[in-house]
Amino acid sequence: MTDATTRRISGRVTVRLRPGVLDVQGQAVAGALGDLGFGPTRVRVGKVFEIEVDAADADAARVRLTEMATRLLANPVMEDFEVEVD
Amino acid sequence: MRFAVVSFPGSNCDFDCVRVVREVLCQPARLVWHTEHDLGAVDVVLLPGGFSYGDYLRCGAIAARAPVMEAVRRFAAAGGPVLGICNGFQVLTEAGLLPGALGRNRGLDFVCADQWLLVDGRETPFTRGAPRDRAIKVPIAHHDGRYFADAETLDRLEGSGQVVFRYATASGEVRAEANPNGSAHNIAGICNAAGNVVGMMPHPERAAESLLGGVDGRMLLEGAIGVLA
Repeated sequence: MTDATTRRISGRVTVRLRPGVLDVQGQAVAGALGDLGFGPTRVRVGKVFEIEVDAADADAARVRLTEMATRLLANPVMEDFEVEVD
Repeated sequence: MRFAVVSFPGSNCDFDCVRVVREVLCQPARLVWHTEHDLGAVDVVLLPGGFSYGDYLRCGAIAARAPVMEAVRRFAAAGGPVLGICNGFQVLTEAGLLPGALGRNRGLDFVCADQWLLVDGRETPFTRGAPRDRAIKVPIAHHDGRYFADAETLDRLEGSGQVVFRYATASGEVRAEANPNGSAHNIAGICNAAGNVVGMMPHPERAAESLLGGVDGRMLLEGAIGVLA
């Protein structure tokens, strides 16, 4: 619920496999790109979560998205994440 | 021994586990829904296989945050035996009850096959009844079973005997060609530092009746009964 002290703010959490973690999906996509004639490529597949929250300001929204990433969206064993707020 | 079998939306081996506990082990089994906050009076907890929450986000990730998992956490902290099978193993890693993570199989295939395993490492409630001088045959059926952990965690697991199942050949040799999914160190199952929480990708409940192709999995579940009897 948006009230007088908050506004709807949109942002993005980008989750990527950590460097060095085998990305079999990326390898498969790279293989398919090769088949289409794009030559040798290196592909890493990640995820983007577009999230809207009600928050007082961009900093507060960034804190919320960071907590979401930490608690659910990324698995720190294999993944890193980045938070952006519009 | 009273068993709890935890059921999430999308679990599909929960009734297989209940059947084996009741009909083969002749023990009481209670199906516990994911929204419950209390396991009831139980002695062993099984987290079954399947596709909890459609495997959305990551396998086991959403189930690991379900209300029932707080009860599983308390049960495990008190030393109660917990076995996560396949998706249940993924749930235990996502919940932080076991270290590491399970990634997409190296070959990208869903692998459904009989698999030979070597029982290894420290004794756990689920491995105490299993032979160590031969391989055991327990089927696997998964898409995301490639065990992964950083080098430091792998060293710690190996050093403390926490790797309790490894993919092996029929003659019990742990070799690269016996590894169906690219798991680090051929790891098929691990336990926590205390030894009471075990996760494994193979399905012991599918190898509990000779009519269904073997009884090696039954020994693992029977171990949990013996340890508390």
